[in-house]
Formats: sequence, structure tokens, C-alpha cells
Amino acid sequence: MTGICSMTANHEELRWYDLFSRGARDWLRHNQKMREQLLHGLPRILSQADSLGNLGNRKVQIPVKVLEHYRFRLNQDSDNTGVGQGQVTAGDVLRPADRQRSGGGGNEDGGLEFRVEMKIDEVVEWLWQELALPDLKPKHDTAMDDDDWVREGLDKKGPRARLDRRRTMREAIKRRSSTGSAAAIINDDLRFRQLRRRPTPATQAVCLFGLDASGSMGNRERQLAKSFFFWALEGVRRQYPKLEGAFVAHTVEAWEFSEEEFFQVAGQGGTVASACFNRVASMVAERFDPSRYNIYFFYASDGENFSDDREAATAGLRQIASAANYMGYVEVGSPRIPLDTETGRIFADVIAEGGQGAGFAVQREEDVFEAIRVFFSHEAAHGVH
Amino acid sequence: MSNESLYLEKIEDLARGFGLDYFPVRFQSVPPSFMTEVAVYGLPVRMPHWSFGVRYIYQLIQHRMGHSHIFEVVVPGDPGQAFLADTNNEAENTLVLAHVLGHADFSKNNLLFRRTQEQVGYHIVEQAAAHAYQINQAIEKYGQARVERVLDAALSLEQHIDTHMDLRRVPYPSEEEVTPAPSQDPFRERLARLAPRDTGEQASDEPGGPAGSARRRSVPVPPHPETDLLWFIAHYAPDMEPWERDIFLAVRQESFYFQPIFACQIMNEGWASYWHARLLREASFLPQDLYLEAIKTHSDVVRPYAADEQISLAINPYHLGFVLWDRLIEEGGIAAARRVMTEEDDAGFIRNHLDQALAKELKLFQYRQRRNGEITAADMDLDAIKEDLLRAKYNFGAPHIVVDSIRRDGCLMLRHDHQLDGRGLDPDAANHVLEYIQQVWRRGVRLQTINKRGQEEWLGIEDTT
Repeated sequence: MTGICSMTANHEELRWYDLFSRGARDWLRHNQKMREQLLHGLPRILSQADSLGNLGNRKVQIPVKVLEHYRFRLNQDSDNTGVGQGQVTAGDVLRPADRQRSGGGGNEDGGLEFRVEMKIDEVVEWLWQELALPDLKPKHDTAMDDDDWVREGLDKKGPRARLDRRRTMREAIKRRSSTGSAAAIINDDLRFRQLRRRPTPATQAVCLFGLDASGSMGNRERQLAKSFFFWALEGVRRQYPKLEGAFVAHTVEAWEFSEEEFFQVAGQGGTVASACFNRVASMVAERFDPSRYNIYFFYASDGENFSDDREAATAGLRQIASAANYMGYVEVGSPRIPLDTETGRIFADVIAEGGQGAGFAVQREEDVFEAIRVFFSHEAAHGVH
Repeated sequence: MSNESLYLEKIEDLARGFGLDYFPVRFQSVPPSFMTEVAVYGLPVRMPHWSFGVRYIYQLIQHRMGHSHIFEVVVPGDPGQAFLADTNNEAENTLVLAHVLGHADFSKNNLLFRRTQEQVGYHIVEQAAAHAYQINQAIEKYGQARVERVLDAALSLEQHIDTHMDLRRVPYPSEEEVTPAPSQDPFRERLARLAPRDTGEQASDEPGGPAGSARRRSVPVPPHPETDLLWFIAHYAPDMEPWERDIFLAVRQESFYFQPIFACQIMNEGWASYWHARLLREASFLPQDLYLEAIKTHSDVVRPYAADEQISLAINPYHLGFVLWDRLIEEGGIAAARRVMTEEDDAGFIRNHLDQALAKELKLFQYRQRRNGEITAADMDLDAIKEDLLRAKYNFGAPHIVVDSIRRDGCLMLRHDHQLDGRGLDPDAANHVLEYIQQVWRRGVRLQTINKRGQEEWLGIEDTT
């Protein structure tokens, strides 16, 4: 027979559904998936900025949409009809046209959309975690060390200027409460900060970027290079607070540019990589003394180089290799066999001789992070010690 | 809750007096957060999937904005289970108890409910919990990413089942009898029929037998266009692993349970609303102020428009169903209404019982939404109104997609019946779904539909291996 089995309303008892929320669990999973998608989209989103310099406020805004779990559905392109209820006469306008929706699909509205603002530093930190990248290794040769004064310990004697009032007061209070003496401060209470001269490893660094600006480098290639350079720069900056950047673009000649101008450069004609390498090598010699600077060199090209230039370019690159912590070659073209190009072989030769570095082919935006991962994990494993 | 328990007993007596017939119902008082989750998942415990998280957030936002208040959720079965919000006051709870009895009566007697309940076994709550457990085990064993790929596919095909067939379907026969062409010679025909018996062979049971092979031939798979995509993929995917099939079949079973709830929503909510109103009206034992408050709640639930509006662009199924049942019972009596309740689903209910007079009284109208978002009232044509009310209800609310064949290279060939649906598929969404399917089918997956210009179009992925 029918009847009621139970009518529970015992609020004391802790029930299983109080322990966790399934809705929240699945929402968190959704957010995790969105995070992953965002990560893949980041290089593209960020490379749309006009220059790396425009990220000067060091924040990016990323529009995100709730992920859709797709189902088969009919085309919504034509006019739709529905049933309503209320006192109307045929022809009444129940809702005016929406000026923003100038003929787009009828299914656009209703999606939850929000903007995520991220600090570049946080993105980089997060990226490094996601890619499980180790820290860079600065040079540790004593010859490259700087001497610096560092504060170290306290003493009862010292110049008046370095009197630590806080510590002194603390000593006085300790003494008064333990001995019961009434004297406010005696000589024994005084504490002075001590300085000592200590060698610190060089923390200055420079990122030198070389960009092939020849006619064969199209917009797409340039965009890929820019994406990569941005993340490489941020990755190095993560390690070195005092980071300088230097930008060299070249065709058959090489010029140094400011960061803003660098990515606007579009050259004509062929590629002579030695022009760039020599220019970078002389900049290192003149401005970035290897004993004081950690030097990172990144070079982006579609891999085409005049074969006459092979020897000169190899020599130039060798010179850079002797000074640099690391050299990364990013190939942004789409040759039949990636890295099997003039430039790719030059890098491979110099690296085989003992230069620190690696080459990586970047053909789509998604590859940019992979390139970053390869370079930065490689650098940490084989970097100068 | 002691007062409510007391009322409930008397309300049940009343209900039985009116001929309501239902399985016992277990009532549970639960916090609003739990109500939200049951409403989102459809069941108290259900398999984890990120898409439920999205629905959950939408529901929370709706709730915060005051657009939705969930008093109760009923899960039909034997026993049925009813969850009441523990924030309901006494009057609301009394109303909700009577409402639940209406649902319990409906789900025990409506044929569509009866059929799928018999198939599923009246214990969906426990079964869904077992599915959730099974899927959590799979996540531990095979990792979240792999299980999620299967669920992405299975849940996106949730509506593509065939409840006309049994839940536990046998695979197609791999061969079929060939009916021989009518013979010109009656004697030879008789001889042929006699021949096996003469030789002592049981030819018809032995496909390898000489006489058997002559009468049988292998059948293409599927032998006819197949609408149960979940079943078909689970049984015929070339490289699906057993645990992946189990997930597909788990989703399919829950889908069988959900189908009548979807197909009878207007009838079911209307029926429950009619009975909570009727039972409370007849319940002379209720204190006057409690009755008044309960009836106020009733009119909040069963109203066509939001509180401060005069026009609504969506139909409240509680209201429409309530008015239709009220009219049917007034005109034909309870017994006749019960027959309708037993036999129809929303399609039959609306087509057969919504007439011109009632549509006018309800002020139903058809509206047209243009691509720029402008909405205008169209006209009051009854047939157009009925079709628009029902359009979203056909085929479990999904486009008609069938499996046509498996190509020789293993590619799954799907076809969209665009003539039935009147237009083509959204190609972007369809391609995403085909990608989900491809992850479990592990060969190419192709789908034929029409594009916006009405031309035939093929979507999907060719095999890449």
C-alpha cells in the first residue's frame, strides 16, 4: 500500500552532500579545462599587441567564455518563431531590434562571458609552472662576480649612524625586566648594524634578439617570431631583475633598433646572417662584457641564408657562442624538413662544437610554448656553470 | 514537520478517494544547495562531468537573481523519492506534498513513463549512483582525460536514443533469411522444402550447411537507418574498450529515464498542479490561514507572466498544463482525464486538447524574432501556435540523426534528416560533436546535412590513420 517511508528532518546529522558540492567540483573541472585552453591561446592573444612595449603596464586582459559542451543543433540563421502569452495584436513590436547584433547568429546571446585580467608576471610564473621549467642558471665564475656591501649581523660597537634603535630598545626592555634595574638605556644595550663586503654573483643580463627581416619573412613568420621573443624576454626577466634588451634586424645588412621599431621593420632582399651575428658579437664586445653580463641570444629566421655566407656566419656565431650563456634559434618558416636549412645547419654546427644552445621549429602559435619549454629546460640542464 | 506529516496522511486519504494511484514516496528535506544540484543533474547522485558545472553556475546565477525558486524535485520510481527544500515554510510544504502525489500518480500510470520505468527498473537513483561510482573508478584507473573524452561523446549524444526499442537490445542478426523468389513450379518448391528433412540435416540452424548457405545472406550493419546512436556506437565501434562501452550504456540508461520526463513536461506539471490545488481545496482540515498562504504560493507558481509583466515570450508549462487539465476535468470528469493522462504525451495533449477557445482565453500568440533581435507578434493561428509549442519537444529535443552505414574503411556514416527538421545543422556545433564521436569511434566520422543555401553538405573527419 501507499504510504510514507520516512520524513527525515534531522539537521544535527551530517549528510554526505554536506561534505562536498558536486556542482562546485564540476565547475572547478570546467575552470581547469578553460585554463588549459587559455594557455594554448595566450601566445596568439598576446602577440596581437602592437609591440612588446605596449605591454608596459604589465597587464593583459583576456576575454573568456564559458566552455560549451556541444550537441547537434539546427541552424539558427533564419528568423525564428515562438509562442508567447499576453494581450497583443498582430504586428506589435515586443522587443526592438538590437543595434549591436547586426545580423549575427541568433544564438550569440546568453553566453556567460567575462574578462580575466592577468599580470604578465603572474602569467609567466604560471606558465613556468605549467611547463615545469627550471630556473635559469646564472654564471658563477668568480671572475664574473661583483663585490657588494651587505648587512650582516649586529655588534655592540659601531658608528652612531648604524645604531639599530629597535634592537637597542628590545635589549633594554629585556634587561630591565630581568634585572629590575631602572636605568633606561645603558651602553650594553646598544646594537649596531654591521656591514660586510661580500661577493655576489653577477645578476645583470642582456637578451639579444636577432630577426631576419628579409623579403621572405612574411607577416605570419614575423608574428611567430614576435610571440616567441616576447615569452623568451619575459622568461629571462623572471630570473634577472636587471635585464636589458637589444634588438637587431637584418637583411644583407644589420641595424640595431629600439624595441618599438623592431617588429615594424620590413626589409627587402636577401638574407646574410653573418651581418647580424657580427653586429651582435661587436655589441657584446663593446657593451655587454661577458664577465659582468649573462648573455642570451635568440635568433629568428625562416632558415634561408646565402650559402656564400656560410663560413662568415659560422665564424660570427662562434664568437657569440663563446660569450653567451645560451643561444636559441627559432625557425619560423615552413621548410620541408624543419631545421634542415642553411641557418639551421649553422646553428647545429656551432652547438656541436660546444656552444650552448638549441634550435626549434615554430610553425603555429601553439608551438611557441613548446619552443620556450625546450629552450628553457635545455638551458638549465646544460647552461654555463 | 509534525504538522505536515499529519496533513500528509489526510491528504493521501483524499487523494486515494479521487483515484490517485501511486508507489510509496520517500520525502526528504534537504538544503537549497542540494536542491540546486538535483535540479541541475536531474538526479541526486550522477556521474561527474564539467558540463554539469556550467549548468550549475547558470542555475546559481538564476537563483541569486531571484528568477528561480525550487520547492521540490521528484524522482519517479518504486519507491518514488521527493526532495523538499528545507527552507519551505509549512504552507509551502503542504502544497508541495500534494503536488508530489500528483507527480507520483502521473509517473506510475502514464504509458510512456511506465514503459521506460519497466525498462530501467524503478530504481534510477541507486543505478545512477552506481554509474557515478563506476565512472569514478574508471577515472582512477584510466585517468580523467580518457574518461572525459568518452563522457564528452556520450553526454553530447544523450538525446539520440530510441525508446521504442528495448533498453537491452540484441545486436542485429549478422545474416538474414532470403525469401526465395516465388517459384513457378510448386512441385520443386515443395521438394526443396522437404529436401533437408530427407537428408536428416537441420539446415536452417546451420549456417555452414549447403542448404543453409543458399538461403541466408549477410546483412549490412545497420540493416535500416539507426536512430539510437548511443547504442549503435557502444556495440559497433571497431576499437572501443569494454569500460568505454559501459560508460556509453550507463549514459543511455539514464537517458531512457529522462526521456518521458522531457516528453510529458506540460502534462506532468499541469497534472501535479491541478491536484495540489484540488486536494488543498478539498482539505477542510487545513487551518484557514495556512490554506490561504498555500494558495498564494500556488498562484505564484502557476502564473503565465513574471510578477510585474503583462506579456511573456515563454510559456510556463505549469500554467498551460494546469489550465488544460482544469478544463478537461470540468468538461469530462476525472475518469476521462485519467485516460488522457495515461495515454498521451505532450504532443498528443496539445494537439488534441488545446482548442481555439482555450488559446484565446490563455491569450496565446505566435511571435517572430528577426535576425536583428526584433520581436514582433505574428498571429493567433492555432495550428501555428501548436506546432511552435511542440517543435522543441520532438525527438527528445534533438535534430534527427541516423546511422546510415559503416563504410568499408570503418568510417561511420551519419545522416541528418533535414527534411524532417526543415533546415540543416549548425555546422560548427556538429563538427565539434563529430570530433567527440571520433575520439571513441577511432575511425573517420562523416555526417550528411544541408547548408544554409539548402545544398547537400558533408561534415566530419576522414580517418587519419
